[in-house]
Amino acid sequence: MNALYAFFAVALLMLVAFFGVWGLGWNTLFAVMIPYAALAIFIIGLIYRVVKWARAPVPFHIPTTCGQQKSLPWIKSDRIESPSSTMGVVARMAMEILLFRSLFRNDKVQLEDKKRVTFQGNRVLWLGGLVFHWSLLIILFRHSRLFMQPVPDFMIFVRDIDGILQGLIPAVFITDIAILMALTYLFLRRVVFPQVRYISLPSDYFALFLLLGVVILGVLVKTAWKVDIEGVKVLAMGMFTFNPVVPEGIGPAFYIHIFLASVLLAYFPFSKLMHGPGIFLSPTRNLINNSRAVRHINPWDYPVKVHTYEEWEDEFREAIRGVGLPLEKE
Amino acid sequence: MYDAGKIISGIIIFFILVSFPIWISAASGTIGDVPELNLPADEEQCVEDAEWMRANHMDLLIDWRETVVREGVRVYTASDGKEYNMSLTDTCLDCHSPKAEFCDQCHDYVAAVPNCWSCHVDPGGS
Amino acid sequence: MPEEKLKPEEILDISYTPPQKDWIKPDVKFKKGSFGYAAQGKHLKYLDLPNPRDWRPQEDDWQLPEDWENIIVKGIKERLGKNRAFQLFLDVCVRCGACADKCHFFIGSGDPKNMPVMRTELLRSVYRKNFTMAGKILGKLAGARDLSVDVIKEWYYYFYQCTECRRCSVFCPYGIDTCEITMMGRELLSLIGINANWVTEPVANCFRTGNHLGVPPHAFKTSIDSALEDIEDVTGIKVDAPINKKGAEILFITPSADYFALPHWYTLMGYLMLFHEIGLDYTWSAYASEGGNFGFFQSAEMAKRLNAKIYAEAKRLGVKWILGGECGHMWRVIHQYMDTYNGPADFMEEPVSPITGTKFENARSTKMVHICEFTADLIHNNKLKLDPSRNDKWRLTFHDSCNTSRGMGLLEEPRYVINNTCNNFFEMPDNTIRERTFCCGSGAGLGSDENMEMRLRGGFPRANAVRYVHEEHGVNLLSCICAIDRATLPPLLEYWVPEVQVSGVHELVGNALVMKGEKERTTDLRGEPLNGKEGQEDV
Repeated sequence: MNALYAFFAVALLMLVAFFGVWGLGWNTLFAVMIPYAALAIFIIGLIYRVVKWARAPVPFHIPTTCGQQKSLPWIKSDRIESPSSTMGVVARMAMEILLFRSLFRNDKVQLEDKKRVTFQGNRVLWLGGLVFHWSLLIILFRHSRLFMQPVPDFMIFVRDIDGILQGLIPAVFITDIAILMALTYLFLRRVVFPQVRYISLPSDYFALFLLLGVVILGVLVKTAWKVDIEGVKVLAMGMFTFNPVVPEGIGPAFYIHIFLASVLLAYFPFSKLMHGPGIFLSPTRNLINNSRAVRHINPWDYPVKVHTYEEWEDEFREAIRGVGLPLEKE
Repeated sequence: MYDAGKIISGIIIFFILVSFPIWISAASGTIGDVPELNLPADEEQCVEDAEWMRANHMDLLIDWRETVVREGVRVYTASDGKEYNMSLTDTCLDCHSPKAEFCDQCHDYVAAVPNCWSCHVDPGGS
Repeated sequence: MPEEKLKPEEILDISYTPPQKDWIKPDVKFKKGSFGYAAQGKHLKYLDLPNPRDWRPQEDDWQLPEDWENIIVKGIKERLGKNRAFQLFLDVCVRCGACADKCHFFIGSGDPKNMPVMRTELLRSVYRKNFTMAGKILGKLAGARDLSVDVIKEWYYYFYQCTECRRCSVFCPYGIDTCEITMMGRELLSLIGINANWVTEPVANCFRTGNHLGVPPHAFKTSIDSALEDIEDVTGIKVDAPINKKGAEILFITPSADYFALPHWYTLMGYLMLFHEIGLDYTWSAYASEGGNFGFFQSAEMAKRLNAKIYAEAKRLGVKWILGGECGHMWRVIHQYMDTYNGPADFMEEPVSPITGTKFENARSTKMVHICEFTADLIHNNKLKLDPSRNDKWRLTFHDSCNTSRGMGLLEEPRYVINNTCNNFFEMPDNTIRERTFCCGSGAGLGSDENMEMRLRGGFPRANAVRYVHEEHGVNLLSCICAIDRATLPPLLEYWVPEVQVSGVHELVGNALVMKGEKERTTDLRGEPLNGKEGQEDV
């Protein structure tokens, strides 16, 4: 049900772009104005959200330690999973962000004969997530050729590696196939696995469908409904100089691709997609495990009502004297 | 504990990184350059409609190559009924030569690296 | 035990497949055996907490204050501004579900709202409704829901079905820690007078007498004295235990259960014997007579109120540094919170072991050292004469406490001590130890008898791993460094693996420690015959 809501929402967006371009001929709106607006919303929204997090302090020092602390010199500490230095934190964060370290730990619990539970390593989600995110990054990087002049050799090198299968199948990039498979998996697990279906909200499906829509149309305008790529680049480069020229004769598929990507961009700061910037700020991951060695300050710390020794002694004076323990006031 | 400095630097670094295409283009001073095509003065019409050719010429050329090499057929009948010799050097480059002033303009611009020139030579090139 | 005692296969008659129906409409049944009693009004009054009254969770009317909705929404807003983790964790979850089967309560109950992601959604849905644009406009479609009494009831049920063990945060790709959410949830509930008695009563006791059990100073002294007598019975040595002694070098703090409950008692004997043997200049405190901190299970403020006594007492007694006994959440508070709450402890000195000269640089700011760090250092420097064969009747495994493993990283020190005091040590499977350790199922204020069924469920994954090593290696002792573990694992294992007993690590030290001038030991600290000794006498 939640998946259907999201599906219809994305389908509606596609129809809007289709009729906007094909029916009404609002090409400039979809090729220029909306992308500009989406980019502005993305930049302002992203900064707004991160600043909002940043305005709340981290009052306590709460790293989740996943390894041996640094204590006695002869005990080998885990410098990354229980970081004892800034470098350790950097390494931990890098592993988390680039390799999804925590997700790699995943195991699956099974109950056997109502008697015992067993654990099995399960890294499918880790693989699916990693393939999706890395493919997305490489695809975005490939797109950068449309936004720069001249195109550096390094970019062409990455593209050639990604396109290495083109000797066999023309116009196919490894990352295109990979991202489609990964997104399909990420969607299917939400509908197939009951636990994940239970927790999935329409917004979870929405993000997936939006991404699927962008990718599928992107592949289509590269293979089936080819567009004048030179015209597209003139448009993209023109956006930087605020002199965009909308190319003639490009079919609606390209505009839908651009429109969905714009929606994704504008949606980003107001959704769970903020997990990307968020992970950098996660206090269970980005703090050094040194809270007994270096004092962490809570900026809003305030005095609290305590039960002082004097009050305690006053209440129990006779009893304390009775067992011969020392008193401050006899 | 706010770490404001780290967070602000993080945001700045992020935007510098993702906007690298702008910096590269701006540094090279070619940000506003667009391809300049040397078009034939005496021909009005390419083998197909120019707009179609812009997006699909690569498919047409691959098609030509395969028809000529595999089937030995050399005549292409365009959608307007006109017939052309299916030849990159004799037909295409007859109008669009040298390639540096036509093909390379867009190919360099969008970083496309066609493999035409690993077999063919550019008759107009020096 | 629950009155109509459920059989293990009845407890485990569960499915991990959630119902088809969505969760957005609050739905909670207070099932006998699965929740703790509400805090009594008198304790709230003593602690100056809002809305003191006597009430029962299973009754319809919770006697909430009139403007309770306002209080909750304002409370959320305040906490969003004061705690980045709270805000971030509400915002960034992608509901990937990696945490789902990491929670011992989900594994043991199959209740989908015990999936950590769902526990948070219970609060996140209200956050969306009140603090996000999408939630305000799209409502249910955006996973938002209105605050209602039933939502509050769900919060009470499920935030007191979380032991704040942080296991989910190990597996979460963003490090979302449900413990943080549960702590905030409980703080919010406390604002409208909803507290669990198993938390608030110990807090009130601790505030007044200095310890959770409400042991007054004279009973404290008597109790320690009687441990000294027990030590004399076993070893023939008269041991001294100074209390409230000014000018001692070290203040020793341990959870109160250590001097009042079984099997903690034997660990207490272990500490006392060790300190005597190395001639430590130390003191106990009858005022700061609690290492644990149940305030931590109620609110940050309450944790700070109780924790303040430790530094205050260290200052009054003029000690150089503090040594802390075996406890789980006590060490989470000391390691990650104490210095922030009540520091700086600049009136003390950087801890140095008077026996080995080792500087505990990792504790140079809080000035508090864990007994396992201290003892491991003694052993490493050959300062103790140990006879591990005295523990030969035990084939043991070690249970990492949630807090010392995931909130501190104290993993190798206790293992080092065990390996030097015992001959037969076996690890439980990798997925169930160290940072992946399973909770006893009764921490964070859930350890009440009326909550026994849920405790047995939550503790099942731990017991399951113990049973595995029991069957594989004949393990008959589960050693641990947590007072709540020592209190709650015995009934848990009694139910799931009755052949296995529970001990602290320093009980093993006490057994193995060869003391100067001791008589030949015939019994261990439990008064049970030493291995083989019984046989020899019988010959």
